[in-house]
Amino acid sequence: MSAFTLHFSRWGAVATILISVASVIFALPNVIPISTYESLPSWAQLPRMPLGLDLRGGTHLLYQIDTTQLKKDWLQSIQTESRRALSEARIAHSGVVIAGNQVRVNLRDPANTDAALTKLKTLAQPLSSSLLTGSGGDSGTDLSVQSTQPGVITLEPTQAGVQRRIENAISRSIEVIRRRVDPQGTTEATIQAQGGASGKDRILIQVPGLAPDEVKTRVGTTAKLTFQLVDTSISPEEAKDHGVPPDSQLLPDQERPGQFVLVHKEVIVSGDDLVNAYAGYDNRAGGVGERAVDFEFNSRGASAFARVTRDNIGRPFAIILDGKVISAPVIRSEIPGGRGQITGNFGVEETNRLALLLRSGALPAALSIIEERSVGPSLGADSIDAGSIAAAVGFAAVSLFMISAYGLFGLFSVIALAVNIAIIMACLSLFHATLTMPGIAGIVLTMGVAVDANVLIYERIREELRTGRGMISAIEAGFDRAYATIIDSHLTALLAALILYAFGSGTVKGFAVTLSFGIVSSLFTAITLTRLMVSTWLRQTRPTVLHI
Amino acid sequence: MLLKPLFRLPQKTNFHFVKYFRLCFALSIIGIVGTVVLLFTHGLNFGIDFKGGTLMQVQTPTAAEAAKLRTTLTHLGVGEIQIQNFGKADELLIRFPEQEGGPEAQKVAADKVLAALPEGTKELRREQVGSTVSQELINSAIWALVLTNLGIFAYVWFRFEWQFALGAVIALVHDVMLTIGLWSLFELDFDLTIVAALLTILGYSINDTVVIYDRIRENLRRYKKMPLRQLLDLSVNETMSRTIMTVATVLMALIPLYIFGGEVIRGFTFAMIFGTLIGTYSSVYIAAPFLILIGVKRDWSGVEKASAKPGAPAAKPARPAAAPAEDRPAVESSDAAAFESTDAPEVETPAPARVASKPSGYRPPAGRKAGRGKRR
Repeated sequence: MSAFTLHFSRWGAVATILISVASVIFALPNVIPISTYESLPSWAQLPRMPLGLDLRGGTHLLYQIDTTQLKKDWLQSIQTESRRALSEARIAHSGVVIAGNQVRVNLRDPANTDAALTKLKTLAQPLSSSLLTGSGGDSGTDLSVQSTQPGVITLEPTQAGVQRRIENAISRSIEVIRRRVDPQGTTEATIQAQGGASGKDRILIQVPGLAPDEVKTRVGTTAKLTFQLVDTSISPEEAKDHGVPPDSQLLPDQERPGQFVLVHKEVIVSGDDLVNAYAGYDNRAGGVGERAVDFEFNSRGASAFARVTRDNIGRPFAIILDGKVISAPVIRSEIPGGRGQITGNFGVEETNRLALLLRSGALPAALSIIEERSVGPSLGADSIDAGSIAAAVGFAAVSLFMISAYGLFGLFSVIALAVNIAIIMACLSLFHATLTMPGIAGIVLTMGVAVDANVLIYERIREELRTGRGMISAIEAGFDRAYATIIDSHLTALLAALILYAFGSGTVKGFAVTLSFGIVSSLFTAITLTRLMVSTWLRQTRPTVLHI
Repeated sequence: MLLKPLFRLPQKTNFHFVKYFRLCFALSIIGIVGTVVLLFTHGLNFGIDFKGGTLMQVQTPTAAEAAKLRTTLTHLGVGEIQIQNFGKADELLIRFPEQEGGPEAQKVAADKVLAALPEGTKELRREQVGSTVSQELINSAIWALVLTNLGIFAYVWFRFEWQFALGAVIALVHDVMLTIGLWSLFELDFDLTIVAALLTILGYSINDTVVIYDRIRENLRRYKKMPLRQLLDLSVNETMSRTIMTVATVLMALIPLYIFGGEVIRGFTFAMIFGTLIGTYSSVYIAAPFLILIGVKRDWSGVEKASAKPGAPAAKPARPAAAPAEDRPAVESSDAAAFESTDAPEVETPAPARVASKPSGYRPPAGRKAGRGKRR
């Protein structure tokens, strides 16, 4: 190798220079003032590195999905579906009840067990992706339907089925939250699933520039909208005193606090069939400009809505949002076309928010906040200033030190160091990796690592000179011998950084990213750039003495 | 050229590093035992990342007196509340434990605190961590530390020998323990950024240790007969100027960050500065002399042949073999190269170098086969 140490192929040299120049160009957008950047033509607006919340202010929220509620909801829907399936097959039962983690069906006639079992087994959905859930153990469906004794059938969600429900709920929630928090897709919000103790059951939301309360109100409400018929067989008061009929439930009335409405459990249309919702005004004859939310169903919702309104003219139906009855108008005529209106005592804000919530759909499960971090914009700006000053002062100090210690070679390493920092910034910009405050610290540390590589080389050259070698041969041997060490030390540091990335969270991750980029770029500058500068200098000036 | 070095560190040092290794080991063991005792008696001042609870950074309209506010705020009933000035005179850091009743209760408590502060107080930052999350953060931090150590052990073992790997990891654990001990002793905040700092210290310290080990391995190949102690001293001395230059540059980058980087990462940079110093110490005084305790493979001839880079050693003119090592300790010799027995192709390398064990305490590697070189 030694014979080639100072020799660069034309293409090797060109590639090294190209990479260095490109990095500087891609790093530039991050250091020019924002106003200058924005006045550039769009093709020249190269990506900038996104700044973390700690640097520009914003909100970080970690939500956990309520898996207990999710399981409960599922059991309830299994119960409803089982009833429906049995009545479709005309099999009489004496009760379909939820018992612990399963739904138990008691048949009137044990002779029907096999027929019922066949019918109920159709409720189980196959789990197609056994790659993720692992196919061992579970039968490959989300529901295990069994009969342990004649006349009794149990339906129990499988572990894999539950896991998939949770994952589905998480990915749907992410969609919903994205539409609510970032309806225009302009805020650069990060919304992603995150692993907790029991798999991926968390959602991380990071929104720059928004206060936590604003984010929370947008995410907060479940916005589960349903239309159900009001049960008029008895009054809510009677139901309260004498027990609620089995197929009905008592829900609080939002218009009249303290009062309740008795509604049928069967859902006519749910928010899932909603295709649009927007804020408007009450268009009833008597309504004088009262605010309302207009909505529109898809064809399935529209036909169901039309059918029910046709069959129930003169009876009231309830519009229920998150378990509260918002209004319970009486059906005056069939409502075809799938359009409707919700009125209530809404303010401007509330109407807009309700429309947004309905439009974005319901969250499939309740979410609770388990971690919240927010940084005010002024503190973020302070942090950027502080970090920039520190980096500049550090760079200046290191430069002076290196040049006074190694002279011209010190200057070479300062150039290499500058390119090194440019590479980190370019990588962060291109990979859209967020720069955080610890990330700045990572860059500062990289300065140490990068300089160390050059120090190792130069000290080796000095050593070789001391043994009486000639200049060229000392330089070659210096590079050669330092490389083994540089590669060892860089790879171990990179290993540490990668583990840091894999196991760290948030802050630690941001730091690991910059550190990894920094170590790789330091390896590049030490192995090619510094060497290229030294070899070019030797060839151009043909020095007779070496001041190092 | 015009640019000449303005100063130059002494190129040839002859410090007897290894001479003090028992003292250093003793001191370090005392430090580590002290840390363990401190951890049990004193514990760590966990930040909310690891304890759960709320942290608020606020800016008061006028300079705030933490002590005065403390009495007002303790009566709010949010549990043990900590108030401290943070960097500037008008900025405060307020912490209180997790409230019963979930995130809602946390928010209510935080608003109560905010309301009790002087009028016009601005909230700059709020962090709220639930106890499930904090427990997981502790676990993942411990995992990250353990796995990093294991990863480094495996890598160094792969590149060197297990003795080196063990020495490197012991030095790393040493650095981490002493840093944690310092944090416990001075009751400094221990949060996620400190864990990041600890992991960085690992990265830096291993960098330092590997550089010295690299030189030791090189010298083991070159001076086959030199007593281990001398060889270690020589290796550390040879890398001394590099060590000093590097520590100096890293500190030059870190100190401005400590001074100007803002209060938020002050703990982080302080840990880094301390870790840099302790990491350098451990590379020289723990990792290197540890090889004396455990003994190390002396015959790297097979290794060298397998990895011999074309040209590198051959470029050197062969020197006449010098007197046996036992007679002339390296530290007294004017030129370490006196030990350079064979830099030329080594065909007739003797099997396991039988170095006299008397002066060095070096035990020949019993049971190791000669020329079992590999791993390169």
